[in-house]
Amino acid sequence: MNARALNLLGLGLVGIVGVTFLILTPRFAELDTLLELTVYMIMAILALSLALIWGYGGILCFGQSAFFGLGAYTYAIAMFNIGESTLPLLLSIAVPAAFAALLGYFMFYSRISDVYLGVITLTVTLILFNSVNSTAGPEFHIGVARLGGFNGIPGIPPLNYPGNKAAVIDLEGMFYLSTAALLATYFGLRLLLASRFGRIIVGIRENERRAELLGYDPRAYKLAAFTIGGALAGFAGCLFANWGNFVSPTIFGLAQSAQIIIWVIVGGRGTLIGPIVGCIGIQWLSTALGANQPSGSDWWTKLLANAPFILGIILIAFVLLVPKGLVPTLADFGHWLLRSRTRRVATGLKPKQAEEG
Amino acid sequence: MAAPLLQTRDLSMHFGGVQAVRNVNFTLAEGELRCLIGPNGAGKSTFFKMLTGQLQPSQGQVLFRGHDISRAHAHQIARLGIGIKTQVPSVFDGLSVRENIWLAASRIHSGERVNGVVDEMLERIGLSGAAKRLVGQLAHGQRQWVELGIVLSTDPELILLDEPAAGMTHEEVHKTAELVREINRSKALIVVEHDMQFIRMIAKQVTVFNQGSVLVEDAVENIMRNPLVRDIYLGKQAAA
Repeated sequence: MNARALNLLGLGLVGIVGVTFLILTPRFAELDTLLELTVYMIMAILALSLALIWGYGGILCFGQSAFFGLGAYTYAIAMFNIGESTLPLLLSIAVPAAFAALLGYFMFYSRISDVYLGVITLTVTLILFNSVNSTAGPEFHIGVARLGGFNGIPGIPPLNYPGNKAAVIDLEGMFYLSTAALLATYFGLRLLLASRFGRIIVGIRENERRAELLGYDPRAYKLAAFTIGGALAGFAGCLFANWGNFVSPTIFGLAQSAQIIIWVIVGGRGTLIGPIVGCIGIQWLSTALGANQPSGSDWWTKLLANAPFILGIILIAFVLLVPKGLVPTLADFGHWLLRSRTRRVATGLKPKQAEEG
Repeated sequence: MAAPLLQTRDLSMHFGGVQAVRNVNFTLAEGELRCLIGPNGAGKSTFFKMLTGQLQPSQGQVLFRGHDISRAHAHQIARLGIGIKTQVPSVFDGLSVRENIWLAASRIHSGERVNGVVDEMLERIGLSGAAKRLVGQLAHGQRQWVELGIVLSTDPELILLDEPAAGMTHEEVHKTAELVREINRSKALIVVEHDMQFIRMIAKQVTVFNQGSVLVEDAVENIMRNPLVRDIYLGKQAAA
């Protein structure tokens, strides 16, 4: 089987599994499970936004949560002011994208090194956290929307069908929307990465100087990828604000920023399915560990209930033992199995040929 | 007389107190093949970096077909038609041979035409059989060929080759010399090389760099006989 056929097979598999999951889950799952799964889907879109800019673009951004949070806040503020969700949804994509474009312009066109890029994006996120956190007073409002400071913004009106304010999307609808959005994001990014633009982005990640000497302007390509990543994270933020009808500054916090990077590291850079798997797996694990409240006083029950501790161990184990991440390592293993099988077949043939000869 | 393809005027580069290139006035005619020789640290690579926009000269000008490109970005200069094969092969190691050539060819071709051009180039550099292999896994000589293929695929007017024969086997050196002569039928080239045998195979006119300046410029057979060149260049080799 050649690489192209394998590629198509993988795409088809993701499509079938995704659509089956989309259709069947609401029929069999309880509502609370559905709610839990919805947030996994939303976070997986966020993971994909970093998979694009870090995994493929080679831009290590510690501030993906800045765009995520901006998207959530933009939606909330616009929704209170407008009341109909079409424009707020579009704004929640456009505002983070514009912010990413502005930030990216200064970072890429001043040619700062990768390390500083990480520091700047992290700092921007923490500045946003601190700024929004200190807007608790009634004087901080945009239109009729109060920013709420550390209390956050509660009671955010949900999305409605475009143009019809009364037709609100319910919890089950949110599951369908989020899952469909994740699938659309996945296939959209696959298309983007197979395009000329996507291949050049990967080339720039591999050797920026060479790409430049061939006549491509790396700054422009990186800026475009960064902006698309910002837009995607903002979209995920909008869905997230809908999911809980609530947004607070912790969305800009260090924990949130670090999590996104962990999803991508565990799932594997340079793939799209990896970060989705990493994101869903780690969130599921966090929930499972969190739910496991210590019932006994044994030291090991307490230890198991300590989610950050367990997650920390998993991260360290991955960085040390599976540095490429889950999906690329599994793929390598699969290739190795295939090769050793063909080798066995080849060696098995030789004696027979000798007999015939 | 036609305007020169490339011309530098008092081109200089200093890093802090170190003068790497000093007042170089260099002229290359359309379609010319020129060899650049000189001991290590003579400023040849720095000179190439200034011609391709990887370094901005401290002083002086680079004119390409009369346009001043001394302050242009590397990608702009590449688009004007100067391609470079660097000393240490600069390729896309994590990508396949085919993808490497594709990335270069797709800068000037579009749509279905790209694939045809890529196939031709793979044939030309003799790597059709290795098209799917990762460039990082190839032998040094083959990576040199990949980079040459990349540079040729963008169809530049002027090609700079920084030690194209370095690390190649005797047979590969001959093959490279043949290719350089073939390229020269339609393109101008500047070749930096240490291998005198290789230079004799390709060059007519040679420019000798020493301590950042042009020491002498002459036909290849005169350069070989020049006692000054022997002193700074061959003499050093003998001493080493």
